[in-house]
Amino acid sequence: MSAISIRKVWVEYGEQIVLERLDLDIASGDFVAIVGPSGCGKTTFLRLLLGQERPTRGTLLLDGAPLPDEPGPDRGVVFQRYSVFPHLTVLGNVLLGGELQAAPLLARLFGTARRRQVEAASALLAEVGLGEHLHKYPSQLSGGMQQRLALAQALIMRPKVLLLDEPFGALDPGIRAEIHVVLRRLWKETGVTVVMVTHDLREAFSLGTRVVVFDRLKRRNEERTRYGATITQNIEVRKRDAQTALDADIQNQLGRDDPALEELSGRDDLASAQQ
Amino acid sequence: MRRLMNIAPQRGSRWLLALLPFLLLAMIYAVASADRRAANPGDKVLPPVSAMVDAVQRALQPDRRSGERVFWSDTAISLKRLGVGLGVSVAIGLAFGLAIGLLPVVGATFSPLMAVLSMVPPMAILPILFIAFGLDELSKVVLIVIGVAPALVRDLALKVGQLPTEQLIKAQTLGASTWQVMLRVALPQAMPRLIESLRLMLGPAFLFLISAEAISADAGLGYRIFLVRRYLAMDTILPYVAWITLLAYLADVALVQLSKRAFPWAHLERRA
Repeated sequence: MSAISIRKVWVEYGEQIVLERLDLDIASGDFVAIVGPSGCGKTTFLRLLLGQERPTRGTLLLDGAPLPDEPGPDRGVVFQRYSVFPHLTVLGNVLLGGELQAAPLLARLFGTARRRQVEAASALLAEVGLGEHLHKYPSQLSGGMQQRLALAQALIMRPKVLLLDEPFGALDPGIRAEIHVVLRRLWKETGVTVVMVTHDLREAFSLGTRVVVFDRLKRRNEERTRYGATITQNIEVRKRDAQTALDADIQNQLGRDDPALEELSGRDDLASAQQ
Repeated sequence: MRRLMNIAPQRGSRWLLALLPFLLLAMIYAVASADRRAANPGDKVLPPVSAMVDAVQRALQPDRRSGERVFWSDTAISLKRLGVGLGVSVAIGLAFGLAIGLLPVVGATFSPLMAVLSMVPPMAILPILFIAFGLDELSKVVLIVIGVAPALVRDLALKVGQLPTEQLIKAQTLGASTWQVMLRVALPQAMPRLIESLRLMLGPAFLFLISAEAISADAGLGYRIFLVRRYLAMDTILPYVAWITLLAYLADVALVQLSKRAFPWAHLERRA
């Protein structure tokens, strides 16, 4: 549950300007979907939040304090691939976070401490629908199950912020709709602030409370290196609490392969909130 | 008619096919041996199987002077040298391989050194080892270590370096320290690869062992072979070679089984 402020952030790689003049406020508990064409620094932006990269100029604040410049347990992450550890079982993957925190030297727990963690992990795994698969290895799971596992693994740490880098990009539409329901429920229960990069506009508008569009303003060839991408639109889709109707919406979409896009146009305050 | 590449043998015939070349070799040997002895009954170069059995039985009996059963004492001392040499190599391989692969600072410091070290021909520095470590056990173990460890280090560093960045980041977002990433993420994923490269290094390890024993030793499988060579005692040499081969083969099979038991996840993926 935490607010993020981005103040005048620039990212440059040598001559190349990737992101420029980023200013963004993310309220605590927001679900921000970041969309935009390929090569517009969406992933770079996520890496900034992750602490994997530092801005060339500008500041990033988490709850008013500067963001640590390396990844840490306050910011969970789910990538499109390689988010879970292939050498650990489903249960082992979710237990890992607790073990790392509680046992600095061995990173393993024994006895009652372990049993408590196992209980918590099993409960969470049951909630994401993996209760039957505790002792399987990730390679024995489908893509959708792996991503649900990755969500559980990240969320059991109770991070302040959950960062998602095209987490469902490789999944079938039906599976994607199922996992949307899981993600939405976990988000509401934990109150975590979510920042999700996605290619899928429909996903962005149906999940996010706010959709942020990254794009280049100057795109002539000779301008390409000297002008980076920036935030071109910041759309408030809905308030965090106005969820009930939407949940029904999502439920309706479940299992449908190609839900019609006009669903979006009828949505509350899309146009009026555009800045 | 199906293409040859699409014809796979059944389970039973697979065994037969595998046995075939072995039988063929044995037959060629038997015929050649009989031929030579027909020409010269005293021939020692291709002794009959019965002579080899006799020689092995002699080696299994307690020696007249020392009371040792030479065959077993040779085997024990050779395996001990090999075991210690490989054990030390594995320890060095793990420690340096993980550190070089995971920590950029250590990698920058040591990986060029390892690249150079692994190119030093171990046999060429054997005299140095004899001078520095004496003629007994230590120099033989060190030869194996020098021959095997750098390759293990480089292979493990490569494997750890290939771990997806996503995994390392993910571990950090779960609160892992550098040590914990090494212990819970890098080490377990490096182990199957370590066993694999150890399997590949079994051949070179035996090579170094036999060489060192041939040059300076008073017991051991390699020592025995080179000792009886003076008497052209092929009836001892051939069974010893077969025994060494069998030991290496069994070690290889054992390593495969160990990997399957201890790291089942690594073998799931390969089938998929």
